[in-house]
Amino acid sequence: MDIKWYIELAVALFSIGVIGVLIRRNAIIIFICVELMLNAANLLLVAFSKMHATAIAAGKAAPTVVADAQIFVFFIMVVAAAEVAVGLAIIVMMYRNVHSVDVNFLNRLKN
Amino acid sequence: MNNVLQIVWLIPVLPLIGFLINGLGRKQLSKTLTGIIGSGVILGAFLVSLYVFFNVKSGNTHVAHYFNFINTESLNIGFDFQIDQLSSIFLLIITGVGFLIHVYSTSYMHEEDSKDFAKYFAYLNLFVFSMLLLVMGANYVIMFIGWEGVGLCSYLLIGFWFKNTNYNNAAKKAFVMNRIGDLGFLLAIFWILNKLGTVDYHSVFSAATEAKSKLTAADITGITLLLFVGATGKSAQIPLYTWLPDAMAGPTPVSALIHAATMVTAGIYMIARSNILYTMAPATQTVVAVVGLATAVLAATIALKQNDIKKVLAYSTVSQLGYMFLGLGVGAYTGAVFHVMTHAFFKALLFLGAGSVIHAMGGEQDMRNMGGLKKYMSTTHITFLLGCLAIAGMPPFSGFFSKDEILAAAFEKNPVYWAIGWLGALMTAFYMFRLYAMTFLGQFRGTHEQEHHLHESPAAITVPLIILALLAVVGGWIGIPDVIMQGGHRLEAFLEPVFKSSNDYVRAHESINVLNHTKELGLMAASVIGALFSLLYAWNKFSKYQKTDAEETGLGKVLANKWYVDELYDKIIVKPLQSLASFFNNVIEKKLIDGFVNGVGRAVNYSSRQVRLLQSGHVGNYVLMMVIGILILFIVQLFLK
Repeated sequence: MDIKWYIELAVALFSIGVIGVLIRRNAIIIFICVELMLNAANLLLVAFSKMHATAIAAGKAAPTVVADAQIFVFFIMVVAAAEVAVGLAIIVMMYRNVHSVDVNFLNRLKN
Repeated sequence: MNNVLQIVWLIPVLPLIGFLINGLGRKQLSKTLTGIIGSGVILGAFLVSLYVFFNVKSGNTHVAHYFNFINTESLNIGFDFQIDQLSSIFLLIITGVGFLIHVYSTSYMHEEDSKDFAKYFAYLNLFVFSMLLLVMGANYVIMFIGWEGVGLCSYLLIGFWFKNTNYNNAAKKAFVMNRIGDLGFLLAIFWILNKLGTVDYHSVFSAATEAKSKLTAADITGITLLLFVGATGKSAQIPLYTWLPDAMAGPTPVSALIHAATMVTAGIYMIARSNILYTMAPATQTVVAVVGLATAVLAATIALKQNDIKKVLAYSTVSQLGYMFLGLGVGAYTGAVFHVMTHAFFKALLFLGAGSVIHAMGGEQDMRNMGGLKKYMSTTHITFLLGCLAIAGMPPFSGFFSKDEILAAAFEKNPVYWAIGWLGALMTAFYMFRLYAMTFLGQFRGTHEQEHHLHESPAAITVPLIILALLAVVGGWIGIPDVIMQGGHRLEAFLEPVFKSSNDYVRAHESINVLNHTKELGLMAASVIGALFSLLYAWNKFSKYQKTDAEETGLGKVLANKWYVDELYDKIIVKPLQSLASFFNNVIEKKLIDGFVNGVGRAVNYSSRQVRLLQSGHVGNYVLMMVIGILILFIVQLFLK
C-alpha cells in the first residue's frame, strides 16, 4: 500500500487530536486527544520504518538497522503510559478541588 | 637666579589664598579683617613682583616649569611661567594698581553687608590671580586659562549687585561678547597646535622665524587674525566693544581695575607677546591698525555727548585701547605697552576719582546734576585734574609721551593714520575737560540734600588717588623720546629683548622712513597745541554749563545715542537669534521632539493595552495560539523558503 495513505491517516488523526484539545473542555477528552496525537506520530514512525525496509530489500537504499523507528515507538508508548498515570492523577486532584473536570475552571493563572 | 624661581610662584598663589580665605570665610570674617587679607595678599604679590622685576632688570629671564598640565604622547603642555621684561612690567601694573584699588575698595564698599563685602574681595582677589596667570603663562594654553578666569571675574563683578536686572543683563552681555572673542582665540590655539604641535611661546616664535618654517604666510595671517578676534572681545574693539560701557554697572573700583587698568589690556598683552607673528603678517597689522583707529575715533565721538560720568570714562577707555591697537598695528609695540602702563595709571585715577565723586553725591552719576564740586572735595579735584591733563596728552604728564610715541609711529607708517589719530586726541582733550568742567567747575546743580551731603572722601580713598596722580604725572618719564632727551626712553631699552626678533625682521624686510627730529617735534607741537585749544574750549564752554531740557538734535542726538550701534546689534543679531531660538523652542522642541518622545510612550501604552487582552487565562486560548504559531512556522517553512 502506498505510504501516502498512512501519512494522510496520521495527519487526520493528529488534526482530530489538535482540534479536540482546542475545542473540548472536558479534561479527560483533552487527555484522550493528546494520546491521539501521540499515536498519530507513532503510526508515522512505523509506516516510514516499513517503507525504508522495503526500499532496502529492493536494493534502492543503503542497508541500515531497520527496526530503529519501531523500537522508538515502544519508548513513546512507555512514556505515554507514564504520562497517563501522572495526568489522570492531576485530573483526580482537580476534580477533588473544583468538583469538575472542565478546564475552564482552571483559569486562575490569569490574575 | 634660583631664588627668583623659588618665589615667583608666590605671585599668583597669594591672591588665590586671599580668594579662598575671603570666599570660604565670608560669613565669619569681619570687614576689617577681610579688607586686610584682601589687600595684604596683593601687597605681598606686589613686593614679590618688585623683587622679580629688579631681577629681570639685571638681565635674568626665566621660564619656570612646575608640572605637566596636559601630558599625552603627542601633546605636552607644561604649567610654565615666563618671567621676562614684558611679563614683569605687567606684573607690576597689575599688582601695584591692583593693590591701590583694593585699598580704595575697603572704603568704597564699606556700606555693603560684611558677607557681600567679603564676596567682593574674594572676586577681586580671584581676578588678580587669573590676570597674573594670564601674563605669567609661558604658553597660549596657560594664557587662555587666565583669559577665561578674568572673563568670569569680570562677569561676577559687573553683576555684583545682581538684584538689579539691568546690571545682570550688562554682565551677561559682557560675558557673551567675550565668549565670541574667546572662540577666535581658541581656534588660533588649535591652529597653532595643528601646525606645530606645541603652544610654547618660545617654540612657536622660533618655528615661525625659521628659514623653512612649518607655518606658511597664510597660516600666520590666519592665526594672527583669530588671535586679534580674541583681543577685540577682551579689549573692547569694534565690533565687540559695546559690552564695556555697559560694564559700568559694576562697582566703580571694579571699573577702574578690570575695565580700565588691567583686564581690557589683556588683548594688547597678547599681541605684544606674539609680536613676531604680527610683524610677519602685514595684512593683519593693517587690520589691527585700522580697527584700532576706527575704535579710537568712534568711541571718542560717543564720549563727547555722554552725561553719565562713568560712561564718558568707559568710552574714553575704549578709545584709548583703540590707540594701543593702532600702536600694535603700526609696529610700535613698545609704544603700545607704554600706553598700557600710563593708561593704567591715569585711567585708574580717573575712575577712582569718579568713584569718589559718586560716593560724595550719594550714588548720583549724571554730570548734569553735579558742578562746583571743586570747593567741597579738593584732593579729588586736584588729582582728577592731573589725570585729565595726563589723558589729554599735555606735557610733561605721562599720557603725552605714550600717546605721542604711538602717533609718531603711525605717521611713519601712514600720515593718514596720524591725522585721524590726531583728531581723536583733540576729542579726548575735549570730552575729558567737558567732564572735568561739568563736575568740578561752575555752580552745583544737584538737590539740597545732595549739597548738604557733599564731603571729601576718607583717606583710604584719597591716598590711592594721590599715589596714582603722582604716577600719572611722572609715569611717562621712563619713556622720553630721543628727540627731547638722548637715551631717555628707558622702557624701550628695557623691553628691547622681547621685541628684538620683530625689530630684526622689520630691518631685514622693510625700508623704514625714520622721522627726522624737526618733523617729530612738529607733530608733537601739533597735537599739544590742538589738544590745548580743545581743552580750553571745553573748559570755557562747560564751566558755565546750565541744565536745559532741550533735546539733542542732529549729529548730537546720534552721538548721545552711541551711533545707535546697540540698537543695530539688537536688530540684526539679537532679535533674529531670539526668534530663531523661540522657533526651536516652540516648534522643534515642543512639537517635534516632545511629540516624538510622547508618541513612543503613547504607542507602547496603547499596544500593551491591546496585547493584554490575549491573556485570557483560558488554557484553550493559549493552546490555540501555540497551534497557530506552529502552523505559521510550518507555512513559512513550506512555502516561503
